[in-house]
Amino acid sequence: MWYHKPVINEELLQHLPNLKIVANSGVGIDHLDLNLLASYGVKVSNTPFVVSTDTADLGMALMLASSRRLVEGYQIAVSPDTEYFPADWLGAEVSGATLGIVGMGTIGYKVAERAKAFEMKILYHNRNQRNKEEESAVGAIYCKKIDDLLQQSDFVLLSVNLTPQTHKLIGKRELELMKPTATLINISRGLVVDQDALVEALQNKVIKAAALDVTYPEPLPRDHPLLKLKNVIITPHIGSATKKTRRLMMENMTESIQAGLAGLPVPNEVL
Amino acid sequence: MSKKVQAIYLWWHKPVIDQELLQSLPNLKVIANSGVGMDHLDLKLVASFGVKMANAPRAVSSSTADTGMALLLASARRLVEGYHIAISSGMEYCEADFLGVEVTGATLGIIGMGSIGYKIALRAKAFEMNILYHNRTQRTEHEEQAVGATYCEKIDDLLRQADFVMVVVSLTPQTHKLIGKREMELMKPTATLINISRGAVVDQEALVTALQTGVIRAAALDVTYPEPLPRDHTLLKLKNVIITPHLGIKTDKATYMITEEAVENILAALNGLPMPSEVLPS
Repeated sequence: MWYHKPVINEELLQHLPNLKIVANSGVGIDHLDLNLLASYGVKVSNTPFVVSTDTADLGMALMLASSRRLVEGYQIAVSPDTEYFPADWLGAEVSGATLGIVGMGTIGYKVAERAKAFEMKILYHNRNQRNKEEESAVGAIYCKKIDDLLQQSDFVLLSVNLTPQTHKLIGKRELELMKPTATLINISRGLVVDQDALVEALQNKVIKAAALDVTYPEPLPRDHPLLKLKNVIITPHIGSATKKTRRLMMENMTESIQAGLAGLPVPNEVL
Repeated sequence: MSKKVQAIYLWWHKPVIDQELLQSLPNLKVIANSGVGMDHLDLKLVASFGVKMANAPRAVSSSTADTGMALLLASARRLVEGYHIAISSGMEYCEADFLGVEVTGATLGIIGMGSIGYKIALRAKAFEMNILYHNRTQRTEHEEQAVGATYCEKIDDLLRQADFVMVVVSLTPQTHKLIGKREMELMKPTATLINISRGAVVDQEALVTALQTGVIRAAALDVTYPEPLPRDHTLLKLKNVIITPHLGIKTDKATYMITEEAVENILAALNGLPMPSEVLPS
């Protein structure tokens, strides 16, 4: 299964009486009705670990591109109207800034490892606190209340999975708690953010900027305000889009399918 | 007015320091440069007028290292192309086709392991990159181990093995066109060249050819020669090139720190004290 296609619904399942397994590319399975699939005796697998480093890398790429105004800068550098580079044109420093990671799973932790090398101060919010060794290895401070993280961060990075609890986790209230100089980075799922509230927050300078690899829907309608805002970078869900990782994902999926068809324990099965 | 001028704080190579200017400022004691590169100054000429010079080495290293990493990541993951696809009015993208190259675990070759190059190594290590470096002199074993870097006495060894080649040298007669046709042909066809030093360190025409014919995969340039490039230059049109307008130190924090360093140097010079970062003609 790639990019949520085909849509797995009751109709499809009824048409495929011998379907044994749905192997999903990537780690997110929010688009699948697990109960429905289980009721038809169909197993489900994902590819949880192979995507982690690429997604963490993209999170860092978005944070750096946004703070240093890389996309705007590129446009200035290549624009036919550019005569000279403006001297008073500045971005914001990443090194030494405060990064708040919301969702400290595998991906969130890898982001922390990378951010530490940029001498960033790292705060994190998670359902559970990580153990002391893990925290001190990346110098991360636990914020039991998300508000504490939001109020102190220069960059807020979302790396949670999408569940009923994380749906619209970042809304008007959360955006207003953020610093007006802060940037929101989303590498999880579009629905984790209240998109309308985000548009308003960006337009009214409640926060400084956003960098989104994910939106809802994907792609956004072509007249959506997010596409026009100067302080927004959007990428087309390329979190795991490298040749090497896609190949590994395919290998994982093939393994899961072969096991599923042979009636053996399925690697990366989602229960 | 010109008799009163004792110090010049040089911002983005202006004003141009030439014979005429130096002659018109008899009481000039010191020129403090914003940034670390001094290639735009005729050091011997300035010294011949008894004027001291300073740069700002400490303030620039983190910002410039960050720029290098930003360009490396943006190029590898095709961030700028992706952005244009995501916002384009006619987007019917075929997502499955849009792939970049991995950064984690790849090999980074750093040419020029000064303070900026070293900070890049520190950052790249966190991405589990395999780090090679080429420098006039080898770093200490301790410094190498701290970032897991392997010395390549011959630049060719670095060029042959690197997935990303990051150029971080200062511009001198020795580094002028350091990366030319020969060097690019030694690089892997899947490799990316990132330049955050000076445009003149790379043979630009050779770069255009290399990018057009697939000799290397892509380039990301924060610096060119000249800046900006003429609007009809081929580099502006190539899909596999990211150019940024000399972002190196353009952050609020860095410019503040650079100005602080410059002021320290100016005050020291005017008071006849040792300057923190004096630059002497070599």
